Amino acid sequence: MTASTAPSPDTAATRGDALLRVTNLTKHFPIRRGLLQRTVGAVQAVDGLNFEVAKGETLSLVGESGCGKTTTGRMLTRLIEPTDGLLEFEGRDVTHISMRQLRPLRRDVQMIFQDPYGSLNPRHTVGTIVGAPFKLQNIKTEKGIKRSVQDLLELVGLSPEHYNRYPHEFSGGQRQRIGIARSLALRPKLIVADEPVSALDVSIQAQVINLLEDLQNEFDLTYVVIAHDLSVVRHMSDRVAVMYLGKLVEVAGRDELYTRPMHPYTTALMSAVPVPDTSRRTKRERIRLTGDVPSPINPPPACRFNTRCWKAQEVCRTIEPPLVELAPGHQVACHFPENPDGPAAGPVLLDTPRTRDDDATA
Amino acid sequence: MSQPSKPTTEASVAAQPDTSETGDRAGRRRRKSAATVNALDGIGGLGAPAPDSFLSVRDLRVHFPTDDGLVKSVDGLSFDLSRGKTLGIVGESGSGKSVTSMAIMGLHKPGTVQMTGSIRLDGQELVGSSPEAVRLLRGKKMAMIFQDPLSAMHPFYTVGHQIVEAYRMHNDVSTSVAKKHAVEMLDRVGIPQASSRVDDYPHQFSGGMRQRAMIAMALSCSPDLLIADEPTTALDVTVQAQILDLVRDLQSEFNSAVIIITHDLGVVAELSDDIMVMYAGRAVEYAAAEEVFERPKHPYTWGLLSSMPRLDRARIDRLRPIPGAPPSLINVPSGCPFHPRCAYADRTGGLSQSQRPPLEEKAPGHYAACHLTPEQRTAIWETDIKPTL
Ligand SMILES: Nc1ncnc2c1ncn2[C@@H]1O[C@H](COP(=O)(O)OP(=O)(O)OP(=O)(O)O)[C@@H](O)[C@H]1O
Ligand SMILES: Nc1ncnc2c1ncn2[C@@H]1O[C@H](COP(=O)(O)OP(=O)(O)O)[C@@H](O)[C@H]1O
Ligand code: SF4
Ligand code: SF4
Ligand SMILES: [Mg+2]
Ligand SMILES: [Mg+2]
Repeated sequence: MTASTAPSPDTAATRGDALLRVTNLTKHFPIRRGLLQRTVGAVQAVDGLNFEVAKGETLSLVGESGCGKTTTGRMLTRLIEPTDGLLEFEGRDVTHISMRQLRPLRRDVQMIFQDPYGSLNPRHTVGTIVGAPFKLQNIKTEKGIKRSVQDLLELVGLSPEHYNRYPHEFSGGQRQRIGIARSLALRPKLIVADEPVSALDVSIQAQVINLLEDLQNEFDLTYVVIAHDLSVVRHMSDRVAVMYLGKLVEVAGRDELYTRPMHPYTTALMSAVPVPDTSRRTKRERIRLTGDVPSPINPPPACRFNTRCWKAQEVCRTIEPPLVELAPGHQVACHFPENPDGPAAGPVLLDTPRTRDDDATA
Repeated sequence: MSQPSKPTTEASVAAQPDTSETGDRAGRRRRKSAATVNALDGIGGLGAPAPDSFLSVRDLRVHFPTDDGLVKSVDGLSFDLSRGKTLGIVGESGSGKSVTSMAIMGLHKPGTVQMTGSIRLDGQELVGSSPEAVRLLRGKKMAMIFQDPLSAMHPFYTVGHQIVEAYRMHNDVSTSVAKKHAVEMLDRVGIPQASSRVDDYPHQFSGGMRQRAMIAMALSCSPDLLIADEPTTALDVTVQAQILDLVRDLQSEFNSAVIIITHDLGVVAELSDDIMVMYAGRAVEYAAAEEVFERPKHPYTWGLLSSMPRLDRARIDRLRPIPGAPPSLINVPSGCPFHPRCAYADRTGGLSQSQRPPLEEKAPGHYAACHLTPEQRTAIWETDIKPTL
């Protein structure tokens, strides 16, 4: 979300000042059945992620519903404990630290939740909600909690007079601001924002995006943004990580990803975005993915995308493609990547005529 | 049509009976423009419904009495829609989109709602009709796809059973014939192994599959009018693309009239022949889709187009939101309901604050409700808005 004058985001995480680093991060939810609640299987919600987040940058996680974005976010904030792998914050291993040790981490890492309606207790006033982090952490603020909360409300564009009001008295956009105010209370270093604007109307969405941007600049925040709207993601991110069924399939700098998506799944996602331009509707050829995302209980072998991929070959069903760097700062997990020879023409790949049939006859 | 010379409210003009003169004018307009629908509640009064219009809504008002006051959810809406055409309705949440579609479908509980105006479906007046008479039209004459598929499906019956029931209501066929039809429909909408999945319960389907199953149900009687209320809002882009294809295909096959309701301008651009932009229970802009995207005339539409990040344009550093929030529908702002959020409200010599702008034809077939003069509008669009989109 930095201005265009910022140094190339592609290299940000490789400079060595990673605020957060995950190695083989994994979460499997056991499935229990019967009287004895025996474990009969596992939802492989997140499976072996590797990435870093540099200080001050915005990394977005994108992917379809159920691909493990929220689960990843909840591990990063240690609301849930990883099943496997390593989670390091400021160089410190926090993968399995105890509740007591978690307290300082809770100050530094905050989460904004997916649902602005469900995440605020309807029986608590705005003052109580936004002031809760101070109480939980036993923090006395200089001016007293009430003044501090009122400052926070002003910061996010609400009125200090809202202190005694209840969540139901606010619109969706205002509730999201309340959630943001709460997350900022302890001056965190990292904020994981889970679909911060997807429940909001476009006009309000733009207000909240601009707010997040201003706050990042003012407080030198680092963001991990979880989203599925690719237009919003391009606007907000420095780098983007694309997830499919619990795995990272592509990680790249924003401009690189949007001019040269290399994973077939990424190109399919981009070509499916409807654009507000009537002149394009006849011209546009689309990649149509058929079927649903397979179940994470029983994911397809090797490349998990092979059941929906128009380029799949036998090797895709037998050997898992590793996430490797195919261009500077651009990692892809695919045996037959798209755009292997450089950026596609034009700013985005929306009009690439590429369908299953084309490929079969090519 | 020119600007009104004296203040006029939509209520007073809308109630006027149509004359053959306005009817003629409406006819000419239709030929001139690509628009297949006409909002005709300008200063000359309502035009007669276009001869080819299948659905004609005139001055529709839907008000809910509540403890806090009268909620004017829909407050003077008019449009026409012909068979084979798609009308896209856009607007922020709370602008009255769903209340409009529920009114057409006759789904508002009598007694809780005050409804006036006219909704003519294939010549039959629905406002004031008995609930039973309207119920008989659902299925074959009109069907609706809801935002939340679970609300439209019964949890205790299999998906197949529900399609069979809907189909048999309008078709005198045996259960086994109807079941075969249900399997066909599920197959059409892309449910894998339809012949076995037909016996599943709704909760056994994924979100995308449920949405498709509901579409299969809505389309099983090939309805003449299909209303899709935010059919893809909760879905991923890949599933959304599948659903939009489906609506398109089935429409061309059945020659249905389609209303697609959404707040996603991309979705309406993909599907619509005409677009109606709603704000606070009213239409603020109404024209052929190309017109709305290429020559929008209302500041609210400008705001919507300016505030969204777009994948089909170079990335901009800062989004330009519409300030403020949508108004309360109990105390709708005076004059133009958009004036508290409008950047140009101070350029109309006080009209924006005091007089409600009627929906008028600003260019052939292109309607907008705004007090700006044509010169102001062109200047603002050409210099302030268009270059920044
Ligand atoms: N507590 C849990 N127990 C079992 N399975 C779970 C649990 N939480 C999540 N899952 C499963 O893990 C997978 C990933 O879920 P997650 O919530 O991370 O998805 P997501 O990418 O955030 O999706 P959305 O875009 O719909 O929010 C899903 O299959 C989900 O059903
Ligand atoms: N049964 C009802 N009683 C009172 N108000 C209602 C009722 N149904 C809808 N409304 C109000 O009408 C307005 C328009 O609602 P709706 O048509 O659902 O908006 P949308 O454009 O988001 O579909 C909202 O302010 C809503 O709260
Ligand atoms: S590895 Fe094979 S199946 Fe997987 S995305 Fe690449 S081409 Fe498709
Ligand atoms: S009438 Fe006035 S306030 Fe309303 S949209 Fe036009 S300029 Fe803005
Ligand atoms: Mg989620
Ligand atoms: Mg609605």
